[in-house]
Amino acid sequence: MKPAPFQYHAPTSLPEALDLLGGLEDAKVLAGGQSLVPLLNFRLARFAHLVDINRLPGLDRIYERDGGIAVGCLVRQGQAEHSPLLRSACPLLPLALGHVAHPVIRNRGTVCGSLAHADPAAELPAVLLALGGHVVARSAGGSRLIEAGDLYRGVLETCLEAGELLEEAWFPRLTAGFGLLEESRRHGDYALAGVVRAGARLALFGVAATPILADPADPSRGFDPSPDLEASAEFRRRLVRSLTARVLAA
Amino acid sequence: MRVNGQERRPPSGGRRLLSDYLRHDLGLTGTHVGCEHGVCGCCTVLLDGRPVRSCLLLAVQAEGHELTTIEGLTAPGAPLHPVQAAFLQEHALQCGFCTPGFVLAVVGLLADNPQPGDREIEEAIAGNLCRCTGYASIRRAARRAAAAHREDR
Amino acid sequence: MSSPWFGRRVPPREDERLLRGQGRFTDDIPGPAYECCFVRSPHAHARILSIDTSAARALAGVVAVYTAADLPFGAQDLPLLIPHPSLGHGRTQRCLASEVVRYAGEAVAFVVAEDRYLAEDAAELVRVDYEELPVLIGLEAAERATHLVHPDVPGNRAAELLQEAGDVEPALAAAPHRRRLQLRFERGAAHPLEARAVHAVWDAAAARLTVHDSTQSPTSIRGGLAVLFGLPESSVDVIAPDVGGGFGPKIMLFHPDELLVPFAAMRLGHPVRWTEDRAEHFTAVNHERGQRHQVEVGFDDAGRLLGLDVDFTHDAGAYTPYGVILPIITAASIPGAYRLPAYRVRFRALYTNATPTSPYRGAGRPHACFVIERTLDAIAAQLGIDRVEVRRRNLISPGQFPYEVGVGWQDGNRVVYDSGDYPRLLERALEMIGPRPPGAHIGGGLSLYVEGTGVGPYEGAHVQVLVGGRVVAHTGVPSQGQAHATVFAQVVADQLGLTPADVDVVGGDTRRFQWGVGTFASRSAVTAGNAMHVAAGLVAEKARRIAARELEVDPADLELVGGEVRVKGAPGRSLPLAAVAVLANPVRYAFGGGTEAATQFVARERPGPPLVGDEHPGLEATGYHSPVGSTWAAGCHAAWVRVDPVSHRLDILRYVVVHDCGRVINPLVVEGQIQGGVAQGIAGAYYERLAYDAEGQLRNASFMDFLMPYATEIPEVLIDHLETPSPLNPLGVKGAGEAGVIPVGAVLAAAIEEATGLAVSEMPLWPQRLEELAAAGGHEPA
Repeated sequence: MKPAPFQYHAPTSLPEALDLLGGLEDAKVLAGGQSLVPLLNFRLARFAHLVDINRLPGLDRIYERDGGIAVGCLVRQGQAEHSPLLRSACPLLPLALGHVAHPVIRNRGTVCGSLAHADPAAELPAVLLALGGHVVARSAGGSRLIEAGDLYRGVLETCLEAGELLEEAWFPRLTAGFGLLEESRRHGDYALAGVVRAGARLALFGVAATPILADPADPSRGFDPSPDLEASAEFRRRLVRSLTARVLAA
Repeated sequence: MRVNGQERRPPSGGRRLLSDYLRHDLGLTGTHVGCEHGVCGCCTVLLDGRPVRSCLLLAVQAEGHELTTIEGLTAPGAPLHPVQAAFLQEHALQCGFCTPGFVLAVVGLLADNPQPGDREIEEAIAGNLCRCTGYASIRRAARRAAAAHREDR
Repeated sequence: MSSPWFGRRVPPREDERLLRGQGRFTDDIPGPAYECCFVRSPHAHARILSIDTSAARALAGVVAVYTAADLPFGAQDLPLLIPHPSLGHGRTQRCLASEVVRYAGEAVAFVVAEDRYLAEDAAELVRVDYEELPVLIGLEAAERATHLVHPDVPGNRAAELLQEAGDVEPALAAAPHRRRLQLRFERGAAHPLEARAVHAVWDAAAARLTVHDSTQSPTSIRGGLAVLFGLPESSVDVIAPDVGGGFGPKIMLFHPDELLVPFAAMRLGHPVRWTEDRAEHFTAVNHERGQRHQVEVGFDDAGRLLGLDVDFTHDAGAYTPYGVILPIITAASIPGAYRLPAYRVRFRALYTNATPTSPYRGAGRPHACFVIERTLDAIAAQLGIDRVEVRRRNLISPGQFPYEVGVGWQDGNRVVYDSGDYPRLLERALEMIGPRPPGAHIGGGLSLYVEGTGVGPYEGAHVQVLVGGRVVAHTGVPSQGQAHATVFAQVVADQLGLTPADVDVVGGDTRRFQWGVGTFASRSAVTAGNAMHVAAGLVAEKARRIAARELEVDPADLELVGGEVRVKGAPGRSLPLAAVAVLANPVRYAFGGGTEAATQFVARERPGPPLVGDEHPGLEATGYHSPVGSTWAAGCHAAWVRVDPVSHRLDILRYVVVHDCGRVINPLVVEGQIQGGVAQGIAGAYYERLAYDAEGQLRNASFMDFLMPYATEIPEVLIDHLETPSPLNPLGVKGAGEAGVIPVGAVLAAAIEEATGLAVSEMPLWPQRLEELAAAGGHEPA
C-alpha cells in the first residue's frame, strides 16, 4: 500500500501554485491529504503530479466578509471546529466538524479539502449547500465564485476544472435555527444518511451521488437513494424521515 | 525537520510516506503501521505538538516541522511520560502494537485541552483501533492520565 | 508449596518496553533488507494462461521476480497440516499458483526489490493472462455443485464426518416436543493490528538461516524450513519477536511468504523482508466461521433435552491446509454445558472460491455455542418457560464430573469435561446482570459455554538460575500480548522463592528453546505454564540437593525463600540461591560473579568427582507438560441491549461475564483477555463481516468498510471469576484466551431478538440485515 510514482511540487506562493496547476498535465492538489492519501496508498488514484499547497502563505485564515465567514483552503478542520468566530457567527460548521472522522484526522484535514473531495456521505458539502454558501475557485487566469448548488456533479466529482484551486469557502452567518444529525455505523464514520438544517433549508447527505436539498415537509421525496452494503434505498429514506423530524424538533 | 528534538536529514524521495521514513530511514520503529489508510491510528505521531497519522503524510511534507514520536516522549532509562505511566498502571495494552498511537493521541489531547471531560477523552481515543484490550483499560488509562494532568497544573 | 505470586494481579512486565516504543516486531528488525510484494490473483477462480515478468524484471531497483517455475518447490503442494480420516479430499495450494487460482488473493508471483515502493511498482508490471472460470461463493452454491472448485473433488465435498452418542432417532421419535431450526454463521476475520511479516537472513559462510516471523508457531516453521531447504534443524533459527496480535491466523503455516522470504534470502545472499499490508491481509490470510446448521431437537414438557440432531456444512474456502479441525471443534462443542441423552452430529466441509479457513479466536466454538443456546431459547419460547429456567433444568451438575460427551475432540481423544460448576456460573451471572433496564426496545440474552483448552501434544520449558542469581526461563510458545513474560515468571518465582521481577522469560525463539508447538487454542498457560512449573520445581529440587551438601542437612529440610535456600525453622542457616547456582557448576577458572567459590582449591573437600552422582552442571532443568486431554473451561455471559427501532443502532447497556478457567494465575491478564474477547465478539456480531459478492470479490476489504469497532462501540464488561481447579495439571489451570469471544453471538442474538421482536437465526447482524428481516416478516426462522 504505497503510492504509485508521482512528481511532488511544493510551491511557496499562490501564483507559483496556480502556474503549476495550470501548466502540469494530470496534477492534483494536496492539502490535508486525509482523503487523498488513502486513495493513493491503495493505488485507487494516481496522478503524475501532486501540488502540495501546505506551504502557501495566508490561506489558513478564517475571516468575515460579505456578511458571512470565509474559510481559507489551509484552514484545518480542527482549527475551524474551535474557531471563536465560527462558533459565534456560523456554529453549524463547528457542529458538523464534530462529526467528521476523528480529532486526529481533523488536525490535518482541511475544510476546503473536504468540500473539494465531494464525498457524497461527507458532512461539510451538505452544510455548505444547506447554508447556501459558495466557494472561490482560483486559477492562473483569475477567480470565479461557485455557488454550493452548482459545485457538486457526482460522486467525488465537482465542477472545479483542471488548473483551479478551491481557494476559500464562504459560509453565510446563521446563529439560530440550525442542526445536523446523522446515522453512521461507527462513531466518526461517513453517514448512512444525514440531514442538515439551516433555517428553512434542509440538505441531505449520504443518500445520493451529491448532497441534495430536500423539502423539510417531505424530505424523502424527489430522489432515489443509492443502496450499498450498509443500507438499502428504503432504509435510507426511513432514516432521512426520522432524522429530519428530529432535527426540526430540536 | 526536527524529530524528537534532533535535526534529521531530509527524506530521499517525494513519495516516501512519513511512517516509512520514521521507521526505516530513521530507525524509529516505535511508530507502527497497521492499515496505511488512516483508520487504525497505530502510526500516530505529533506534528508540531498535534497528533496526526504519519501514514497519510509524505515525509517531505514534514520538512521544517517538529515531530515527536513515541521514542521522543521520554529518554531511554528516564521515568515514563505521565501518559505512558497511566497506561502502565492500568495495563492498558496487550500486544502493544497500537499502544504508541493511543499514547500520542492522549498526549495530544492533554496538550490541547488540559481539563478534558469524559466525553472528550472518549472522543480522543475513539480514532484508534485496538484489537486486544476491548478498550476498557485504555479508557481507564486515558482518564487517569487526564486526572494526573489536572493535578499537576 | 507456598504460592505468593500465583493469583496476584502482577502488572505485566512487558508493558513498559512496549509503552516506550521499544518493542521489536518483525518489521522492526534493523539493517538493510530487500523488500517484497506479491502479485495476487484478482479473480476468485481462473486458469493461468501465461505469466510475463519481463517488464517487472527490467524495472530499476528490482532484484528478482519469482513465479512457480523459478522455485525448486514450485510444483509441491504446501503441507496439509492436520490429516484426518474424514478428510477424503484434502487439498492445499502451492506456494505460487501456476495453473489455476481458486480465490481472489491467491499468490501468483513474488517480487523482490530495493524497497516496497519499487516492488509494488514492479508487481503492477507483471502481466498474467487469466481465463476466468465459474465462481462458487457460499455454502448453497458449493452444495449445488454446478461447478467444482477442484475438478477431482465431487460435490465440492472435502470432508464428511458423522458421530453419534446415544440413540438419536428413537430419542427424537419419543420426544413429546420437537423443533427444527436452521442456524447460520457467516465468515469473519481476525485482523490483528500487526498484519503478517517475515524477515530472513542467510549466513552462507555459516550455512545458517535466521528467520523472524510474526507467527504463533516458530517451532513448526523451523521444522518445515529445515525439511524444505534440506538443512539440519540446528542450522535454522526461527524467532517470533514481539507479535502484534495473533488471534489464530498466525498459527496457520505455511503462508507462501514464509517459504519465499527465506528462499529469496538464500538465493540472493541478502537479507529480505516482507511485511503484509492491510489490503492483502483481507484476502491472503485465512478467515473462519462460515457454517450453516440444520438442527432438530426433541425435548419434554419441562424443556429438558432428550435428543439433538445437528447436520451442518462448513465453508472451507478454496483449500483445507488446516484439515477439519474447525468443524470437529464445532461438533464437539455443541452439547455445551448441558446434559444431552442422545446427540448426533454430521458435518460436510465444502470447497468454495473464497479464502481458506483456519482457526480464528474461538475456532468453531462461537457457532457451536450459537447452535445450542439458540436451540434452548427456542425451546423456552415454544413451551413458554423462562429461558433461564430451561437452562437450569439441563445443566450438567457439579457431581457429574468427569463428564463424557461421547464425541471426538481435536486432539484425537474423546471429549471429557474434567471439572466445573455450571449452575453456579449461571446464578452468579444472573446476580450480576441485574433486572431489566427501564424503557422500550430493550432485550436480554444469556448464554453458557464450555471451552476445551490446553490441548496437547505438549509444551516445554527450560529454567536456569544464572550466576548472580537472576533466572532465565525459556519456552517454545511465543506471546502475542498474553503477558507470558509475567505469568510464567509468577509460576517460576513461586517455585524458586523469588519474585517475578527476578525471572526473565523468553518464548518463541528456537535459539533458546527448540521444542514445542505454539500459542493457540487457549493452551499456553496450561501447557507451557505447567512446563514452567515442572522445570522450576526440578531446579528447586536440585538447589536443595546442592545446598544440602554445603549445609550438611537433609534436602527435605530445606526451603527456597527470599532468594535463599535455607533450613526450615533455622533462618540463619542458608545459602543465597546465587551461590547455589555457582556451586552447581564446578569450574576450573573463576570468571567473576562469585565463581571462585566453585574452583577446585576452594570448594569443599569431596569424596568423589566434582559433579556428584548423575548431576549435570548448572542450576537448570528442563520440564514438559503433556496433558492427557484438554481441560474444559466454562463461563456464562449475559447482556441487556437496546436496539433503536428506526436506525437499528445497537446499544449494549450492560454486559457481564462469569468465567471459570480453573485457578487464575493473574486476574489482571485474564480480565484483559476476557474484555478483549468480548469486544471481538461484539465486533463479529454487529460490526464486522466479510461481504463477498457472487464473483468472489470481497467488497469491503478496507478498514473504512470492514467496521472494526472503536472504543465508542465497546462497553465496559463486568467480569467475575469462579475457580474449579483442573484435576489434569499440577497448577489446576485452564485456558482463557478465547473464552471472551465464544458466547457473544449467542447472547446478542437473543438480546436483539427480544429487543426487536425479530427471529434471529444468523450471525452476524447489522442494521440493514435487520431491515431485511423485518421486511420479510421475520418472526419465524427460515
